[in-house]
Amino acid sequence: MSEVAQVPEPRDPLMIAEEWMKDGRNVAIATVVETWGSAPRPVGSHLVIDADGLFEGSVSGGCVEGAVVAEASEVIADGNPRMLEFGVADETAWRVGLSCGGRIKVYVERLG
Amino acid sequence: MDPYSLKKLNQCRRERRAAILLTDLGDGRDRVVVEGDPVAGRLGEAVAEAFRSGKSGTVEADGRSFFLNVHLPPPRLVMIGAVHISQALAPMARIAGFDLHIIDPRTAFASPERFPDVRLEAEWPEDVLKRSPLDAYCALAALTHDPKIDDLALTAALEAGCFYVGALGSRKTHAKRVERLVAAGLSMEAIERIHAPIGLAIGAASPAEIAVAVLAQIIEALRSRGLTARKGEAA
Repeated sequence: MSEVAQVPEPRDPLMIAEEWMKDGRNVAIATVVETWGSAPRPVGSHLVIDADGLFEGSVSGGCVEGAVVAEASEVIADGNPRMLEFGVADETAWRVGLSCGGRIKVYVERLG
Repeated sequence: MDPYSLKKLNQCRRERRAAILLTDLGDGRDRVVVEGDPVAGRLGEAVAEAFRSGKSGTVEADGRSFFLNVHLPPPRLVMIGAVHISQALAPMARIAGFDLHIIDPRTAFASPERFPDVRLEAEWPEDVLKRSPLDAYCALAALTHDPKIDDLALTAALEAGCFYVGALGSRKTHAKRVERLVAAGLSMEAIERIHAPIGLAIGAASPAEIAVAVLAQIIEALRSRGLTARKGEAA
């Protein structure tokens, strides 16, 4: 039975966001709000990012995290939430590569 | 996100309470709706549906666009009885994504050697369930055959509104159980929520096969959660 021992839970992004907030760090939260076709992470998934670009969680299988983290620093700076869309139809997204062929919409907002 | 919303949401999640983070995608404002909180109108209907289905998504209401992020507690399977079926059921249920909790006051059964890496308590269910109460996101399977151990746990499960309550034993055993529970003051309506004999009727024979039948029935109850309640309301 030990070979099916529980996989340790991945660290919970929203709990981490709260810890970071208590530490006085500036935080952005990215949320998958819509998916089309085969998307690696379901609607509701979170990626949290701090002002230094440190992040936890995921909104894709690693394809668009870089772009979201870059965008998050601007969201932290100006406080305006924004909606990002990634997919094969989009040239930028093609470059970052949603190889699975799906499309996702990610909402990025500042905490506080 | 409002820091207050994040704190409230995380608090709900720690306490195993179902909650939705409701974000107005127009102005970015958000609030936390806890299951049972009244929400009016079209948005209220969407909130109720999201609690039932557990699915997050975007909703148009009152000319605005809202994102509903649903956070339901992870389903937990509480097994009363550290028996052979439990030994097979524990790894299967874990793979299917359930939190596990096994309770059996008989220390010979409830030994860590028989149940490696499982939350296991060799105490009476009434004592354990006081510390770690059941809720609507728990399934309870009573597997000891011993009324002294099973009956109180079954009563607690019905009172807590567990999404699944099952009890091992033949029809004859169950008929006696029903008599005892009625005598203990439970309503027939409540008692009828017990799945007994436990598990889907797939002709299961061995403990492992019975575990498959039980797990399948629990998943069926989990995925139809709310739908049966709605049918009940309509009736």
